[in-house]
Amino acid sequence: MKNKSVIVIGAGVAGIEAASNIADQGYSVTLIEKKDVLGGNLTNYAKLFPNFADADEVKNNLINNLSTKKVEILKNNDITKLFFENDKWHAVNSQNQTYSADVALLTTGFTVFDAKRKEELGYGIYDNVITSLEFESMYKTGKITTKQGNIPKRIAFLNCVGSRDEKVGNHYCSRVCCINAVKQATEFKTLYPESEAYCFYMDIRMAGQFYEELYRKSQEENNVIYIRGRISEAAATIDNRIQIKTEDTLTGLPLKMTVDLLVLMVGMEASEATSNLSKQNEINGEYGFAKSLGLHGNDNKTTKKGLFLAGSCKRPLNIPEAIADARAAALQITQYLNNLQ
Amino acid sequence: MTKTKHYWNNYQKEIAEDNYFYERSCIRQSFFPGSETTFLKILREELGKTIIDDPNQHTCTGIGYHSDVVPFDTTMTICARLFSLMKDAGLKNYVPSCVTSFGVFTEVIETWQNSPEELEKTRNFLRQATGREFDIPENIVHPSDIIYKYRKELKSKMKYQLVNHKTGEPLKAVEHIGCHYGKIFSKHAIGGAEFPQVLAGMIEEWGGEVIDYPERRHCCGFGFRQYLVMANRGYSVANTKKKFESMQAYKPDFILTNCPGCTMFMDRWQYTIAEMEGITYDDEHMGIPVLTYEELAGLLLGYNPWDLGLQLHQVQAESLLNKIGIEYDPKDKFVGKSGTFLGEPEKPKNLIVDYEK
Repeated sequence: MKNKSVIVIGAGVAGIEAASNIADQGYSVTLIEKKDVLGGNLTNYAKLFPNFADADEVKNNLINNLSTKKVEILKNNDITKLFFENDKWHAVNSQNQTYSADVALLTTGFTVFDAKRKEELGYGIYDNVITSLEFESMYKTGKITTKQGNIPKRIAFLNCVGSRDEKVGNHYCSRVCCINAVKQATEFKTLYPESEAYCFYMDIRMAGQFYEELYRKSQEENNVIYIRGRISEAAATIDNRIQIKTEDTLTGLPLKMTVDLLVLMVGMEASEATSNLSKQNEINGEYGFAKSLGLHGNDNKTTKKGLFLAGSCKRPLNIPEAIADARAAALQITQYLNNLQ
Repeated sequence: MTKTKHYWNNYQKEIAEDNYFYERSCIRQSFFPGSETTFLKILREELGKTIIDDPNQHTCTGIGYHSDVVPFDTTMTICARLFSLMKDAGLKNYVPSCVTSFGVFTEVIETWQNSPEELEKTRNFLRQATGREFDIPENIVHPSDIIYKYRKELKSKMKYQLVNHKTGEPLKAVEHIGCHYGKIFSKHAIGGAEFPQVLAGMIEEWGGEVIDYPERRHCCGFGFRQYLVMANRGYSVANTKKKFESMQAYKPDFILTNCPGCTMFMDRWQYTIAEMEGITYDDEHMGIPVLTYEELAGLLLGYNPWDLGLQLHQVQAESLLNKIGIEYDPKDKFVGKSGTFLGEPEKPKNLIVDYEK
């Protein structure tokens, strides 16, 4: 074991993968997670786009790989302070315990947008307005039902909830919601071919590999219907269905529809730890995310010596991107530590 | 609606305790002549508050401003003159009766806070035109905010509750909030813009049940561009019709509003729709009574319905009075303050106005 050490804050996809790769290089690694399980936001998903990979399998592969490395894992450990002093980085948890190392890697990731902030959509008010995360939890049980236990005859997915939205202060695109809606609509129609599925969107952004193919397949084989329009209002009907209003901007006509279940595709926001820890170290960027030294070439470094970034603490990333970014961060960190030796 | 899901309770605002300067609405005294008087009576006699009703007050320009015939500079200066009257009275808490006035004042004050040069310009305009000075109110609320604030105290004085006196069941109410109460600045609305609590809070406190129907947030039909231009008035009726069709299945006992226009159009268009299409939205073809919050508070406090001016509504209120068990004398309905019989208005064809107690 080399005599230099790293603390990795956040054991989501990027944290686990970075910790594994740094430990591979013989450095002492401490992986600190605020929850009692590893996996971060990945634990919320059943299947992953665009190939319907099993999310638990992906997560378990990452964790199993980690378990073969010499990494100290600290769960239930909420880091609230991070600072540099006497040539070391010091992470302090909510119980005032301090962990020190030569390098700190922020992998504190994202949190999903709180749909209650889009009050007009009725989340938290009407039982049959749910988020894409709740859809995933339900899908894990093998069925999708309304609160009353019925199979929805008609379901609607609404994109850009909390993303590309000036009103909530998030101008950016979360990048994963479009394809996630395609995936979830396809899953729904596969479960219930007789039911109707509608996706409401501003733009369909299918930039990843095989995204466009899945989008096309969802229309051709699963009969998912896409309507370009942002839902302006959701309200419950007397029989607990959800009335939605929008404008079909391709036809230029207002549209009112009643659905059994409305799924809000909630976007990604910087997690509280991402915002706080980056602000404490003056590396806070736009919208509460952490800011790297340079997008092209220095995306894992920061203006602070020995403080590195990986994953969705910088901006919304999908899982393959987060894994690749974690490996890149691990390489940057080992190079940095080798130079310190 | 599950009652535990009232997350709109997060929206609260400061409502002054006492010492208010009242500004009347341009149109409410014609449409619902008892409401403003009742508000003043409730504040003075039931709650023991000080509220000044200055005879020198005037328009806020709201209708002209929203119709694009009054420029904003003029609106700001006229609002400033009203504030100067409040200054003369030695008061700091401004209470405009009309929801559109409330919207105009909050917009003007927000403008001054964000653009101090506009405030200075307005001060100069008012000084040059009238020689008057003004202060920005420390607190500006709608009268419905004050009734909401004191809803519990008022309940303790009430003679009746929003309960069917024969069945013991809560009465079902549609509440409709004026757009300019919360949609301009949600921070100025109790409950925010989407699910305002100001009227719902009164209804629930006084024993009733609020109906959450799909078109709850749809316009009442008082959109300025819809009703001011005669050619557009069909849109106004269509809006109101959409709301009534949506609420009909819930069988509301009455509608409660806090805006002059909402009260007016949801009441009068019921007659229009009945005449045009022979449709009413209740089982008895008597229409759904539409009340102002002052009228409702007055009724439950035991005030005489005819002193409240309920006979001047298009949809007559006896169906509601009978459900609550309010005592009234039908013979007094069209008797004026002097005791003289004023005569009965012509009866509509399709909207029944005759009641048997």
